[in-house]
Amino acid sequence: MSHLGSSFFLAVTSAPPAADHPLERLPLQLRDLLTGFLPAELRWFASAILAIVVILAVFGLLFALLTLAERKLLGRVQNRPGPNRTGWFGLLQPFADAIKMLTKEDVVPREADQVLHFLAPVALLAFSVLTFAVIPYGRNLVPLDLDAAVLYFFAAGAGTELAVFMAGWASRNKYSLLAAMRALAQLISYELPLLLSFVPVVMLSGALSTTGIVAAQAGWKWGLVPHWHVCTPWGFAGFAIFMIAALAESNRSPFDLPEAESELIAGHLTEYSGFKYALFFMAEYFGMIALSSMAITLFLGGWQAPCAFLEFIPSYAWFGAKLLVLLGGFIWVRATLPRLRIDQLTRLAWKFLVPLALINLGTAAFWRLTADWTGPLDAGRWLLAGALVVGPFLLLGRGLSAGVTPRTYRYAPS
Amino acid sequence: MNPAALIIIVVLLASAAVALSLRNLVRAALLLTVSWAGLAAFYLWAGAEFVAFAQVLVYVGAVSMVVLFAVLLTRPAPTDPPPPRATYGRVLGALLAGSAVGGLLCGAILGTPLPSSPGAPPALTVREIGRQLMGVHAAALLVAGVLLTVALLGAIVLAAAPGRRRSPDAP
Repeated sequence: MSHLGSSFFLAVTSAPPAADHPLERLPLQLRDLLTGFLPAELRWFASAILAIVVILAVFGLLFALLTLAERKLLGRVQNRPGPNRTGWFGLLQPFADAIKMLTKEDVVPREADQVLHFLAPVALLAFSVLTFAVIPYGRNLVPLDLDAAVLYFFAAGAGTELAVFMAGWASRNKYSLLAAMRALAQLISYELPLLLSFVPVVMLSGALSTTGIVAAQAGWKWGLVPHWHVCTPWGFAGFAIFMIAALAESNRSPFDLPEAESELIAGHLTEYSGFKYALFFMAEYFGMIALSSMAITLFLGGWQAPCAFLEFIPSYAWFGAKLLVLLGGFIWVRATLPRLRIDQLTRLAWKFLVPLALINLGTAAFWRLTADWTGPLDAGRWLLAGALVVGPFLLLGRGLSAGVTPRTYRYAPS
Repeated sequence: MNPAALIIIVVLLASAAVALSLRNLVRAALLLTVSWAGLAAFYLWAGAEFVAFAQVLVYVGAVSMVVLFAVLLTRPAPTDPPPPRATYGRVLGALLAGSAVGGLLCGAILGTPLPSSPGAPPALTVREIGRQLMGVHAAALLVAGVLLTVALLGAIVLAAAPGRRRSPDAP
């Protein structure tokens, strides 16, 4: 390993082209080191297994630490310490929780559909793990480079609805079934803006493969402003719609109606206990991580560095940093916003997000058709596209909040 | 025959057959979803990546939901009269409709000139597929969309049929 260390020092001093950076090549070298002794016919299989093991280990650990970070951050926001008894700074809390969940009794209702009751959490977890396969985590870190990768991602995500229905129906409990239908209404409502908000990205970059979309966002203006999609009017609107829909798709607050623990008896999870319950939570966090990764790939330039002079930091570090920022945003939103009611939730999807996403398609088409405008025309292009984004947002928002805002707050007479 | 294709076909046909024979409608619908997923696996095996993912997105994701909602919305209430027993007329009608559809499908398959040996698969990019769907085959795409909409409307009409679930003392 000593020659690796010396070449690293050389790299820092002489700065070779980014693609040949030793830290960029490190994952490939590690893979070749681990699978190199195998015959060539078995090597693709071994590298696939290796990719699966690495994905499960990394995201499993991230899930464990994310639950801890979430509880710590929520505690910070709510002015309390959070878990701080297990290990230094509460760091061992997720592992203690895992042991607790594993050793708990697994209660299955007598009347439940035993097979489906067992299959629901398994299917949910399997579908959410499948989505990790097509995310480009770094320049050389794409587990599966498909031509229709974005379609694959959302196809795998579509299976989660089925698992939610299975959980609710198989429990043979009317609260579970009602909650599953409510969850399905939410998932179906928000899948529309989610799917509509990525269509402009496919339109503008001309690719359905995640590597193609990341490659389309390469380069910087003056070496400082990246060509990420989020830095355009349509991209900014698309990113906002995508993130709101992602919050709802992963059952996160303020859209956590499907399993509102405090008031709706945990919804379709009512009859689940022990490790199956933990599997549902694991799938929820995996879905959150996967949707954030997709948002990074579609709008935030994937593994690209934000400025030209920062390119010496390896690509996968950039991806990880962006992912942590987005996940922190998810937690922050949970700490800040109160839960929506079901009618507010569906109204927001159908009367606000879907029309905005459709208008955003038009904005993206305008952006595409005016790609060769320069000089003062370019400024006009920015102004027009910006107006196309901001105008409908203001008008629709005013229509949505008519009769509700402005609210007046009064203290109770003492 | 290719063992992978054989496994896919067995799973596909077996799940469809079991789905047809089950009395429990929700389980039948879920098994039908397995069958649709098998169809997607078959497309994937045949190298039609885009069609396979579209099949999963549309059928496993969306159509299965429509089916499940329709099943749950039209479930007979305990007070409903039991379904009438099968009569010879109904059996005859089912046979006629089934054989008509089967004949149509067989005719279409036999009438299509299929290549006898698997040639080189065409290297279709997603861009080219999009061009084909929006240009030459736009009508077929629109017809498929209208078909799905009509199925959805049918489910709503069935569920909202007047007089259903109206017990005498209901308001």
